[in-house]
Amino acid sequence: MALKIVKGSIDRMFDKNLQDLVRGIRNHKEDEAKYISTCIDEIKQELKQDNIAVKANAVCKLTYLQMLGYDVSWAAFNIVEVMSSSKFTYKRIGYLAASQCFHESTDVIMLTTNQIRKDLSSPNQYDTGVALTGLSCFVTPDLARDLANDIMTLMSHTKPYIRKKAVLIMYKVFLKYPESLRPAFPRLKEKLEDPDPGVQSAAVNVICELARRNPKNYLSLAPLFFKLMTSSTNNWVLIKIIKLFGALTPLEPRLGKKLIEPLTNLIHSTSAMSLLYECVNTVIAVLISLSSGMPNHSASIQLCVQKLRILIEDSDQNLKYLGLLAMSKILKTHPKSVQSHKDLILQCLDDKDESIRLRALDLLYGMVSKKNLMEIVKKLMLHVDKAEGTTYRDELLTKIIDICSQSNYQYITNFEWYISILVELTRLEGTRHGHLIASQMLDVAIRVKAIRVFAVAQMATLLDNAHMLTGNTQRNGICEVLYAAAWICGEFSEHLENPMETLEAMLRPKVATLPGHIQAVYVQNAAKLFATVLKSQEGNTDSTTAQEASQLMIDRLPLFVQSANLEVQERASCILQLVKYIQKLQQKDVEVSEEVCALFAGELNPVAPKAQKKVPIPDGLDLDAWINEPPSESESEDEQPKAIFSKEEPKHSRPRHTEVDEKELARRREARKQEQANNPFYIKASPSSQKVYQETPGVEHIPVVQIDLSVPLKVPGLPMSDQYVKLEEERRQKERAEKKKKDKKKRKEKRSGRGKKHDSGPESEEDITPAHMVDIVTEEMPENALPSDDDERDPADPHKALDIDLDNLESAGKRPLADSEKLPVRSHRAAEVLKSPAEDEEGENVSSLEPKKKSSKEKREKKKDKDKDRKKSKEEKKKKKHKHEEKEEADLLCGQADEPAFQSEETNEVVTPPTSTSADVSDLDFWLSNAPVPSNTQEAATVAAAEAAPAPGAISVTTPDSEPEEPKDTEMEETKSSKHKKKKQKREKEDKEKKKKKKHHHHHHHHGDKGGEESVQNGTVEEEEPLPPMSNYCLLAENSYIKVAYDIQGNLQDGSQVVVSVIFENKCDSFLKSMEFNVLDSLNSKLQRPEGSGPHDSLTIPFQLPPGVSNEARFVFTVQSIIMPQKLKGTLTFIVKNEESSTHEKLDFKLHFTCTSYLITTPCYSDAFAKLLESGDLKSSSIRLEGVNMPFHHLLARICFHHHFSVVERIDSCASMYSRSIQGHHVCLLVKISSQTVSVDAKCDEPTLLGNVLDEIKQTFSQC
Amino acid sequence: MIKAILIFNNHGKPRLIRFYQYFAEDMQQQIIRETFHLVSKRDDNVCNFLEGGSLIGGSDYKLIYRHYATLYFVFCVDSSESELGILDLIQVFVETLDKCFENVCELDLIFHMDKVHYILQEVVMGGMVLETNMNEIIAQVEVQNRLEKSEVRPFLSSSKSFPLIYVFGFSQVSAIKYSLSVL
Repeated sequence: MALKIVKGSIDRMFDKNLQDLVRGIRNHKEDEAKYISTCIDEIKQELKQDNIAVKANAVCKLTYLQMLGYDVSWAAFNIVEVMSSSKFTYKRIGYLAASQCFHESTDVIMLTTNQIRKDLSSPNQYDTGVALTGLSCFVTPDLARDLANDIMTLMSHTKPYIRKKAVLIMYKVFLKYPESLRPAFPRLKEKLEDPDPGVQSAAVNVICELARRNPKNYLSLAPLFFKLMTSSTNNWVLIKIIKLFGALTPLEPRLGKKLIEPLTNLIHSTSAMSLLYECVNTVIAVLISLSSGMPNHSASIQLCVQKLRILIEDSDQNLKYLGLLAMSKILKTHPKSVQSHKDLILQCLDDKDESIRLRALDLLYGMVSKKNLMEIVKKLMLHVDKAEGTTYRDELLTKIIDICSQSNYQYITNFEWYISILVELTRLEGTRHGHLIASQMLDVAIRVKAIRVFAVAQMATLLDNAHMLTGNTQRNGICEVLYAAAWICGEFSEHLENPMETLEAMLRPKVATLPGHIQAVYVQNAAKLFATVLKSQEGNTDSTTAQEASQLMIDRLPLFVQSANLEVQERASCILQLVKYIQKLQQKDVEVSEEVCALFAGELNPVAPKAQKKVPIPDGLDLDAWINEPPSESESEDEQPKAIFSKEEPKHSRPRHTEVDEKELARRREARKQEQANNPFYIKASPSSQKVYQETPGVEHIPVVQIDLSVPLKVPGLPMSDQYVKLEEERRQKERAEKKKKDKKKRKEKRSGRGKKHDSGPESEEDITPAHMVDIVTEEMPENALPSDDDERDPADPHKALDIDLDNLESAGKRPLADSEKLPVRSHRAAEVLKSPAEDEEGENVSSLEPKKKSSKEKREKKKDKDKDRKKSKEEKKKKKHKHEEKEEADLLCGQADEPAFQSEETNEVVTPPTSTSADVSDLDFWLSNAPVPSNTQEAATVAAAEAAPAPGAISVTTPDSEPEEPKDTEMEETKSSKHKKKKQKREKEDKEKKKKKKHHHHHHHHGDKGGEESVQNGTVEEEEPLPPMSNYCLLAENSYIKVAYDIQGNLQDGSQVVVSVIFENKCDSFLKSMEFNVLDSLNSKLQRPEGSGPHDSLTIPFQLPPGVSNEARFVFTVQSIIMPQKLKGTLTFIVKNEESSTHEKLDFKLHFTCTSYLITTPCYSDAFAKLLESGDLKSSSIRLEGVNMPFHHLLARICFHHHFSVVERIDSCASMYSRSIQGHHVCLLVKISSQTVSVDAKCDEPTLLGNVLDEIKQTFSQC
Repeated sequence: MIKAILIFNNHGKPRLIRFYQYFAEDMQQQIIRETFHLVSKRDDNVCNFLEGGSLIGGSDYKLIYRHYATLYFVFCVDSSESELGILDLIQVFVETLDKCFENVCELDLIFHMDKVHYILQEVVMGGMVLETNMNEIIAQVEVQNRLEKSEVRPFLSSSKSFPLIYVFGFSQVSAIKYSLSVL
């Protein structure tokens, strides 16, 4: 029985898969959380089991729970375990989970690097695909750096499925590791012309994404994209390209001119709405970039507007929306063309769809003119009344204000009308934009002098009816208006008809319920009014009014003196004392008005918002320096000064801090209540005691009666804006009539019929004269204001780092890749497998940047000069010569190969910014200057593209993964030092002395630096000395057209597979096409061919090689026995194509599978290693190497690198090493060195394999 | 770039979430709620674009969605994507689901979230459109499914064991409207 239960529970545990979990959750709707927590417990149990299937199942369930909002990061390590399963099914589950919940700060991510690398190079394309997909979601800067090279290799994978994924993920890699952009770019560009449409589309996608952020760097690709645009039929690709052109045209108007015609053709021909829409968009961008003085483009603009009208009239809301969106872009530059569709746009204002109404509102902004402003605003005001929901209404409100205030109130002819519109808007209940209305009122009143009388009158009425506005709630944003009203009444009080009345209105007890910052303005402006009253009564023998005013102040101000708001309190008590003093003087009949008025004398002028920023800093003023000693840090935080002098804007700054104040108050009150509640000695107030509060300024406690008004408030005495529309109409008519009269007079005088155009047809803009003499005060700027860039980019923008100049990658030798720019390659780390990531990084830095700077400044300067000279001369010389020169340099300089860092550093410094005369740019110029005849341009584009791409300088650039040598001359091959060849190419003939010195070292530079204490720990080689550059790529075959190098690597996952990476390098000046790779299979080793092809079929290599370019392809071989080395015969066939002819060429080769290539670098710990040796299953063998003349750590590094071993332990001049074959054979080495003699004792469970490996090791060292 | 893909039903229950930018779990749920709130109050006959999800993105981002019977498919994209293109992409995705699940319904998505993810992975990768050709997508999905089957996974094997309740109303949404002809 008990057993049964146990068994049952185990079964259940095993059985509960994702579906069961989902079902369970659905069946436990009431206690879902509880059910899920038991499920999570089960999952935790499952994760503890060894069975990977159970684990995977658990992880799959976790992914579901993650969607429901559960944090599953605790299982991150288990996810990594599942990711590393050898079965695709589980791997996929693992990667899915990782992509859902890993992010940059997930610490286990750093454990995944090797796993991902393994998956990326898996022969199963779906393993690779899954890894790429996963990686795209959680790539970190570290992963990007470590894997960039692997991913780049995948960009030329044989399977398009992998290629397209690899291309796409490069964008993510660029974002995380911007240094990879330059080395990877040439290959990315190459993928634009990939035979597979999916890959092509991916490449377009990535470049568009890059170009969108930094368009100027991609201008040179325009010809290529142009070609694609005119040739591609894939709408997705077309859309992307056309969008890209939209981003490029603002930088190069000539490009726009060239684009117009093909785009217009597309607009006419395409049936795809999406494409049509994007074409229209780009045409608009082109038209914007072109100056408007192009008469022949009015047809294009008409076409766009006409097509957009069709979209807007469509019943499909989506098209309508987009039509309006595009229309608003045209509006900016061609308002006239849009204005003719005013009817349609106004119609959209009534649409049921809010998105569409909002878009239509955007358009209205540009549709207004002096003539129709009032009419449009009237319509909007109607909408405001009708609108449901505050968001749309608020949007309307801001739009009305935007429309009216745009370009310095350009379209307002009657400011009385505008003021009354603003006043009408104050009747909106619950709007958030009270402050916006307030600032408009202030702005208009300050800047339009003529309107002040009217404005002051209106504001006085507003103040008088303040209770209507503030109505009920504190939070009603509209009460901000009172702030403006009070200030205007106070500041321009001389215009007030009855200042006494307004003064009274401002000092009503109800005012104390307003927010603090408004009260403060009230108090201050009451004082101003008081001064005005005094002044008006001056000379008046009857001083009662003045005394009444003083009395009123003295009566009412104490209310404010009690205010909780500091500002209010301070101002009130100050003014109260002042008034009391004045009263005393008044009683003595002293004239005081002048003195009081002097308090508020002077006019306030508006200041430009940026004025403060533009004040030049005087000489000798350091704003960052401490004036006094820095304060100690012990000061309490509470004392942090609040922004007392907030912003000094033209208007009194909108006090934003009040909200904080309220919150803070609420918080404190709450805290106090808490404290009181916990204090047994505190006597709590009974509810009835609330009355007490009414007299005190604790405003919140006043019970508020909600008044529900369904009828819009009509404030008595306030004018309705509508009447202005009529008035305006009348005024204009009158004006027109007057004008006619004048005209008639003129005509009478002149007797010519020329004046006709005035009375016929609608009046033109200029005819409408403003109703007031508008005197718009301009904003003040400080003297000698500094020009400043305001739209600086956000420094945190990841795309900023990608602003990398890519043009000169193509132009010969301008700024080819420096060594430091190369992607980190796996081979660097062959001996470092056991390092922790931190150490790893260090090691890499060391190896890539050897700080051996001994150059003097002088030399560098010389170099710079020469560099310039060289550049000039290069431009003059043609490419052939260039190549020759390069070779020469390489010959001369190959002796310096042991100082890579020194060189690369120097070259980096020497780099001069690309000049506009560079060949590349002139190519573009040439292309752009062509007449925009499609057939012509296509040709030109091809030529330009062909010229741009295969410039000889690009050879090195395209193959950062082939960091291994592709030596051109035999000398280099011998020395195997050509890793740094690339730099040599750009090195010029320099300092001869230096060179001679170098030449001394030349032959020994591998073993040159002897001595130095070496200590090695488990698996690491401390790199005190630079390791010589090494490569596993060896020459496969070579003829005058092509050079082929290869490297073989075992596949850990599949004991019968090895991957052969082959680098093809085009050595000639022609295109190499249709390359096919074939190998004569042996019984033991077979080339894996795609399904359905015969055993003798050759494989097509998925790329072409332009002159000077190299690229890598990978081939998978299956092998049965790995204990013997073997050779496979093969042939490479290709077509050499140049302008005149194309020939078929063939190259035979022998592919050498060494036993070493079946070994895989596998880390091993010393204890495991010891056990292995003790086990006694291993057969031993040994060799001796004589005359080895290199430091021990170099020797070890060589064995590690060339023979895929890892160092287990090293003691002085003795080291143990380990490796493992793809079929699981253990190979152990004990390496000792004593005076140039190296003895290697080896053990392996397969003696034949061991013998062969040792032979190969011997051979390696006999070569050097 | 696509910033996020959300699928939820008429009650706001998530059926698939795929963020291409990191958000913590609670933030993800908040975004789902906000998005649901924005999308669900819209009529079916208004446009499929929405601006102003405040949590995700900002001014450059748009929500582009489609509503099928019981499910909302929402893509959050920036201005580098073509609006109509994304609408069609959603359609491609849904039609692919329909083919892979043979008359897809909400329950398929509920019980096979993982499979839906795998299909989505063939359409969008890391926030960028990977493939738009439906046949190619289906072919790749099927090869991988076969691969999975060959690895034998008895207790995770799936067969349809529930009734079809909500079959998507494809008749309402007329295929791929904006005629990206090469789909």
